[in-house]
Amino acid sequence: MTSNAISPPAPAPTVPFDLPTGPAPMERLLDGQVPPGPIEQKWERHKFEMKLVNPSNRRRFKVIVVGSGLAGASLSATLGELGYNVECFCYQDSARRAHSIAAQGGINAAKNYRNDGDSVFRLFYDTIKGGDFRAREANVHRLAELSVNIIDQCVAQGVPFAREYGGLLDNRSFGGAQVSRTFYARGQTGQQLLIGAYSALSRQIADGQVAMYPSTEMLDLVVIDGRARGIIIRDLSTGEISARVGDAVVLATGGYSNVFYLSTNAKGCNVMAIWRAYRRGAAFANPCFTQIHPTCIPVSGDYQSKLTLMSESLRNDGRIWVPKTPGDGRNPADIPEPERDYYLERLYPSYGNLAPRDIASRAAKRVCDEGRGVGPGGLGVYLDFGNAIERLGVQVIRERYGNLFEMYDRITGEDPYTQPMRIYPAVHYTMGGLWVDYNLMSTIPGLFVLGEANFSDHGANRLGASALMQGLADGYFVAPPTVGDYLASNKLDQVDADHPAFREVEQEARARIDRLLSIKGKRTVDSFHRELGQLMWDDCGMARNDTGLRHALSKIPEIRAEFWENVDVPGESGDLNQSLERAGRVADFLEFAELLCIDALHRTESCGGHFREESQTGEGEALRDDEQFAYVAAWQMNGSLGSPTLLKEPLEFENIHLAQRSYK
Amino acid sequence: MRLTLKVWRQKDPSDKGRFVTYEHHNVSEHMSFLEMLDVLNEELTLRGEEPIAFGHDCREGICGSCGMVIDGVAHGPDRGTAVCQLHMRRFKDGDTLTIEPWRAAAMPVRKDLIVDRSALDRINQAGGYISVGTGSAPEANAAPVPKDDVDLAMDAAQCIQCGACVAACPNASAMLFLAAKVSHLGLLPQGQPERHDRVLKMVEAHDQEGFGGCTNVGACTEVCPKEISQDFISRLNRDLVRAKLKARTA
Repeated sequence: MTSNAISPPAPAPTVPFDLPTGPAPMERLLDGQVPPGPIEQKWERHKFEMKLVNPSNRRRFKVIVVGSGLAGASLSATLGELGYNVECFCYQDSARRAHSIAAQGGINAAKNYRNDGDSVFRLFYDTIKGGDFRAREANVHRLAELSVNIIDQCVAQGVPFAREYGGLLDNRSFGGAQVSRTFYARGQTGQQLLIGAYSALSRQIADGQVAMYPSTEMLDLVVIDGRARGIIIRDLSTGEISARVGDAVVLATGGYSNVFYLSTNAKGCNVMAIWRAYRRGAAFANPCFTQIHPTCIPVSGDYQSKLTLMSESLRNDGRIWVPKTPGDGRNPADIPEPERDYYLERLYPSYGNLAPRDIASRAAKRVCDEGRGVGPGGLGVYLDFGNAIERLGVQVIRERYGNLFEMYDRITGEDPYTQPMRIYPAVHYTMGGLWVDYNLMSTIPGLFVLGEANFSDHGANRLGASALMQGLADGYFVAPPTVGDYLASNKLDQVDADHPAFREVEQEARARIDRLLSIKGKRTVDSFHRELGQLMWDDCGMARNDTGLRHALSKIPEIRAEFWENVDVPGESGDLNQSLERAGRVADFLEFAELLCIDALHRTESCGGHFREESQTGEGEALRDDEQFAYVAAWQMNGSLGSPTLLKEPLEFENIHLAQRSYK
Repeated sequence: MRLTLKVWRQKDPSDKGRFVTYEHHNVSEHMSFLEMLDVLNEELTLRGEEPIAFGHDCREGICGSCGMVIDGVAHGPDRGTAVCQLHMRRFKDGDTLTIEPWRAAAMPVRKDLIVDRSALDRINQAGGYISVGTGSAPEANAAPVPKDDVDLAMDAAQCIQCGACVAACPNASAMLFLAAKVSHLGLLPQGQPERHDRVLKMVEAHDQEGFGGCTNVGACTEVCPKEISQDFISRLNRDLVRAKLKARTA
């Protein structure tokens, strides 16, 4: 299993920034454990080389799975079917409410049902290119290979994908691709895929293979002799804190968009599980790779609690424009065609309104910065269906997007059939996450990380309809054999919850909760979260620069210090206490935000969702620096929060030629 | 806007619970209903009172976490709308609103406006699936499914399992929820082998959990945020009769 895909490291670049505190980071290399051989044979060969657990021995192993979204539910169900004992935990009151459920548009697969030139290699190519050449080739190729199996599995489970009149599966187009490979179930694809995984999970719960713990939060990770051996949990109904022991731990806990406070994520989405793992030694990769989705409903007031996405699929028929003249306050219907700027069609004629997310978002920011934005505060652009309705009729548009139009109407009080939608970019997805090798194992042996929680497949920018694909590929097909290989290859000591390491971590978790409740300060948890979110959006949002990032890095420790002195968390610990739940999550965001900014400051190139103003082309496009930054930046905790150690995994492109991305 | 809110407060399942009245003077018409409660909760926290517990997560009407009865109507006055998507422009300055949790013996109150809906998960575990292990699926386009069938299955599959149908039903029946699941799978060719077994097991689990029977009142569909049709209950009843007859002759 040794790798030959990673060449000797490039000459070490000088560390391009001064950390605000502590010594400069040292450099070490990480090995992604990519199997040898041609890219299209790696996974097949690796599956053969991995060790198997005999069916009758599987029941002797217990696997802990945290999170029940697409990755967590599909893995728990699959491991249960194989005969492992599984314990699955989620903070929601039912496994089926995990945030995967909110994904609207679709799931990619290289089925080539359209006969439009698609292939596994093309999906692989589009994903590497869309990720701006910052993902590991071998993982992405495997993802593209497995994409076709996912569709088969989901259809067999009863996922009601859209079909044509002949009864065969329908497809639509998504950003960053010139083929139609996206499968969908109206605007509720994530919901239907999650219900599929949840139903498979339900069957295993009924069979006694999976023990499900809803309304339960992971507070910390327990590492014994360098291996992940369990977690500390809190029952969110009773407040009871306890330890769970296992032979392997899998985190499938989603992304960290809520570090920005306002995002399209569910209110409960948090960084706690992966951040606690980082604090216990797991490396955190590319935290600065965050995705700003171009089509969200703009902010309406300071009470705003979250942002709502309007699916990318709308860009199939909607045209994005702003007035040509800054400050043009006319009603959109009164602005004649020659005075409108369909800027995506103008700038990127071959992709037009289907330019990838990072590019479409930055273009929206640019036109708003020029004073051509529309709506309150000038922070919005039009997404106009006028032409599409003329061409196709209201009925067709209603069939394609009816539920999305209704949602827009409900939130804004405006009717998108008669006037253009107003949209603006919002934080939506995080490509960064815990570093994992080809087996999806973190730098802590026995700790696996799946789905959005890991960093592995999307590089610096994720293409639309690829998150669902990754979550299900990881859970149904990748992790079941790799977790089995780990269990078969390692002899683990028997431990129980009375082991001193469990006792100690549990005690720390209790002490932290007691401390949060005892501060009794003058500010609410949300007020700190909003303050942090605004700072992150201003200094580390759609565009980043040295000055802003240094400002954020000086402010974050101040906000964090005030939080621990002045937060008011009402209620008790032995009870259902939503303020306490939020306080624990915000406390971790206040630590994590610093790492995100350190990573953003260190990566002085622009790539994908990470736009450094210092590194752009003459036309304002992101300018990569492959000489210096063709690597994964994985940070490891090293004493204090402000001085993590930088580990690098060099990125080798053997199958796709490194090129400046162009969608013109 | 100014509102008077009468909110059900209940510390835990064993507490008797009571209505508490709050004067809310800080409401904008653009707020969602839950944002209106967020603002009230921030004020309560600063006054040293415990905020109102309510279920919520995605706030996009799809996760099914939220749910409360507003002036006697589950999810409030807008049809086809979960309470997280209800906006304050629907109400008038000076309104008094009564806010309480779902009430059904099979879904006891956990705290304030949050109820225990785990019974619905257990009904799914009784048979709400197609038994297909990972890896054993045939090629997706091997079996065409008529578009009308899959569209109807999707109408049913939209259920967000929020429990509003139970809250609205005078019998506290979860039959709309159950019918949606049975119809979603029963309309598709993949769901046929277990169709009869599924309906028998799920109906039995439903009754064992303490939900009431359906007497065709139709209040469920009225409040359903996904407007799932009562017709699916007829479909379930037909399947149930067939399954019982088949079981008797077998």
